[in-house]
Amino acid sequence: MLRSASLTFRPRLIHRVASLSTRSLGRLPNTQSPIVSKPHFFNSVTGDSNEQIPAFRLLDGTGVPIDGAELPELDEAFARRLLSPDLNFLLPNLDNILYNVQRQGKISFYMTAYGEEATIIGSAAALAHDDEVLGQYREMGVLLWRGFGLDNVMAQCLGNHEDTSSKGRQMPVHFGSPKHHFHTISSPLATQIPQAAGVAYALRRSPERSNSVAACFFGEGAASEGDFHAGLLLASTIPSPVVFIARNNGFAISTPSSEQYHGDGIASRGPGYGIDTIRVDGNDVLAVLSAVREARKRCLEQGRAVLVECMSYRVGHHSTSDDSFAYRARSEVEDRKRIDNPLVRFRLFMESRGWWDAQAEEELKTRLRADVLKAFKHAEVQSRWELSELFTDIYAGEEPWNIREQREELSRLLEKYGEDWEPWKRELQKFKAESKDRVKNRE
Amino acid sequence: MRNISSLSRLTTTVTRSTSQIPRTQSCLYWRHISSSSSTRSTAATPNTDSTVSALEPPPAGGHLPSITSSALLKHTREQSLKTPGILWADAELDEARGASSLSFATTGRETRKMNMYQAIRDALSTALSTDDSAIVFGEDVAFGGVFRCTHGLAEEYGRERVFNTPLTEQGVVGFGIGYASMGSKLGDSTLGGRGMGGTAIAEIQFADYIWPAFDQLLNEASKFRYRSGGQFNVGGLTVRCPTMAVGHGGLYHSQSPEGFFMGVGGLKVVIPRSPLQAKGLLLSAIRDPNPVVFMEPKILYRSAVEQVPTSDYTLPLGRAEILTTGSDLTVVTYGTSVYRCEQAIHLLTHPPQGSGIERTVKDALGDWRRGTGKNMSSSPSIELVDLRTILPYDLPLVLRSLSKTHRLLIVHEGPTTGGVGMQIAGDVVSGLALTTREENSIGEDMRRMRKEAFLGLEAPVKVIGGWDTPGVALQYEKFYIPDEVRILDGMLELLAY
Repeated sequence: MLRSASLTFRPRLIHRVASLSTRSLGRLPNTQSPIVSKPHFFNSVTGDSNEQIPAFRLLDGTGVPIDGAELPELDEAFARRLLSPDLNFLLPNLDNILYNVQRQGKISFYMTAYGEEATIIGSAAALAHDDEVLGQYREMGVLLWRGFGLDNVMAQCLGNHEDTSSKGRQMPVHFGSPKHHFHTISSPLATQIPQAAGVAYALRRSPERSNSVAACFFGEGAASEGDFHAGLLLASTIPSPVVFIARNNGFAISTPSSEQYHGDGIASRGPGYGIDTIRVDGNDVLAVLSAVREARKRCLEQGRAVLVECMSYRVGHHSTSDDSFAYRARSEVEDRKRIDNPLVRFRLFMESRGWWDAQAEEELKTRLRADVLKAFKHAEVQSRWELSELFTDIYAGEEPWNIREQREELSRLLEKYGEDWEPWKRELQKFKAESKDRVKNRE
Repeated sequence: MRNISSLSRLTTTVTRSTSQIPRTQSCLYWRHISSSSSTRSTAATPNTDSTVSALEPPPAGGHLPSITSSALLKHTREQSLKTPGILWADAELDEARGASSLSFATTGRETRKMNMYQAIRDALSTALSTDDSAIVFGEDVAFGGVFRCTHGLAEEYGRERVFNTPLTEQGVVGFGIGYASMGSKLGDSTLGGRGMGGTAIAEIQFADYIWPAFDQLLNEASKFRYRSGGQFNVGGLTVRCPTMAVGHGGLYHSQSPEGFFMGVGGLKVVIPRSPLQAKGLLLSAIRDPNPVVFMEPKILYRSAVEQVPTSDYTLPLGRAEILTTGSDLTVVTYGTSVYRCEQAIHLLTHPPQGSGIERTVKDALGDWRRGTGKNMSSSPSIELVDLRTILPYDLPLVLRSLSKTHRLLIVHEGPTTGGVGMQIAGDVVSGLALTTREENSIGEDMRRMRKEAFLGLEAPVKVIGGWDTPGVALQYEKFYIPDEVRILDGMLELLAY
């Protein structure tokens, strides 16, 4: 395995250790380290401190396979799926529209995936549909790939009564769906990472689920949180089959990755946890697809975590609450979009195969734009859930006295002031059901 | 009821515990002691106070001398089986047998003498044997845990289900949350597949070290159901942790952090007082459909010994228990403090003859008699309440008791400011009491009870907690923890008010 392979790395040294052991202690208590007589500092996982971890790529910037590239098995239909509704156009279209409606004040918040489409869709396509996904927040593409549907996306972002992800309790993009094996997004960074280890351990223990893995997404900024270290440590030590997918998009809000870590990215940490690790060109959808497929395979074979670091670039602002031109030049972003656009790269590849052309693209764009707008228009006019949902799903079983009492207190106040106090009156109109006793226990 | 004179008992207590302090100052020493003392007493006979030799170091959990004679512990099989609120897992089976639950309970069931760590181990074993999805994990859990609560479980149920984790509290709880989430419903089954209930029983080695996991508990576990619109839950999660002071734990092995959890809606917090209670409440916590933090007063691991039913049973969460009924003062407490309150009540009714304490008690009770118009021979009767579930706690029971006694004292080890006691005091006098609304519901009862409790108060609500120092200072512990005499003083103050 991996560990024995590293032992054969310097056979001559091993030999010397063996002969030493007859004369003195050949081995230290808690390590298999060969003994050396010269101080040996090191600061690289490649063995050569001038050399960085290699990045795996299949297609060059113009969509042409690079020398020696072994493309994943790919037929036209699958390639069109990668490119079409669920990837190339839907995501940017949806992003555009939701970004703009946020700007119009119709939703409170939004986060785009501009620039990271290949990382997200390439990973999604490599996973089985029932692999458990624990995302950070920028992984809506995984849900789209799995058929979550535009209406569900819109309902969540608008927080209307069709929002099953959180019943309007969470900010936009905090999706969740057991049916799609997509665990509900929460805003705190990296909390999903140790959870992924527990999820994967449950999969490993369950005969019905033993062919599934957990897939855990996070950014390079989140990897600075303690939970990152806890999660990788657990999934390697206990061990549990998690594919950890680091989206290294260069920025944590405004902080560039150069100020996030001094080492060689996130990939350099994998060997520290004793797990198989790969760095991949995150803007090459086929490379991501291949790498995550292989990672998934190893994960199942070894029953242990694998780390994939996808190098990409966050073309969009961090979120709608952010203006990234305050900390990076507009030209830098424009250059990136032009030189290294993951969508363009894969489209050129498709065209070279004769699977795609300008007309197909135009048709698709038109159709998707119409679909997105239709879903938005439907969602926009829906009411919220009933106000009583404010007090549900807190505890299962008996409702504690404090929740009951507070619910009844709000009910009393609504009855007393709901018709007269304008700010409440206006807000109440947005909720479903007009019954007077709005927060009555529904039992 | 008690043969030894209170005075001599009190003196013994003081000498014995001071004599133990200098032996146990080192923190590193802690784990060493824990494991060595546990090997010593893996045998069925638990340590009792009388077996402690002055030459031996005390067990890591310390000793609570007053507990051996406590009338609150069930020393006979019959008492044990008649525990109020006990719910036998096979109660339905009894009915099928044609036996009423009570008659079978007192004839057909076995009990065994156990201390608290043994009762907890018994509960964990019951959980593991009745639920294939159950796993028990945490730091040093596989060899039996530093307090022996998981002793032998890894051998019995395998390392896949009972295992060590690296030293990462946030990791332990995060892992437990992920595992538990796989018990969320998917169609007729769960996300994890049939039989995967996601029962995760995590151990944090000391409550003092739960803070790295606070984010996982507050932002993740407690919100899991709410934030997902009820689609996901981590009801299968139970986080066990030893809590409270033992006489030599210093700043970082003595804390009572339950107060910090009071505002965490969606989470439950439970603290048992005895072996029998611990087994029943822990099984309830494990099977409750909500995440539960289960804090175990570590001084009771060895000190508290009871006849514990060997079969599978639970005790209700969210329900306090009246341990002694009374009509003049309600004392609400939980965990180790239950026994200190019991002692304090004994001091009140049997002050050491000829001592200053006797004179103080006499004076205060004189004031109480004059103030309440009682005759000279009457003595106050105290209602002692064990809260058991700290969040959400049983305010209705406290109010019911208060409507009878009109005086309320709350006692706990944790710091006073922001603590459980202040929360209860606040709830008793809070403004909601004065709102009126005609409705025939439990909500209506609460309003009436709150109003009556508030208007009926004959003294301010008093809270006796740990001081607001940054922790339990090692050599000063005797003066930090609310002990019998502080509790006595508080009771006298309220009675004479």
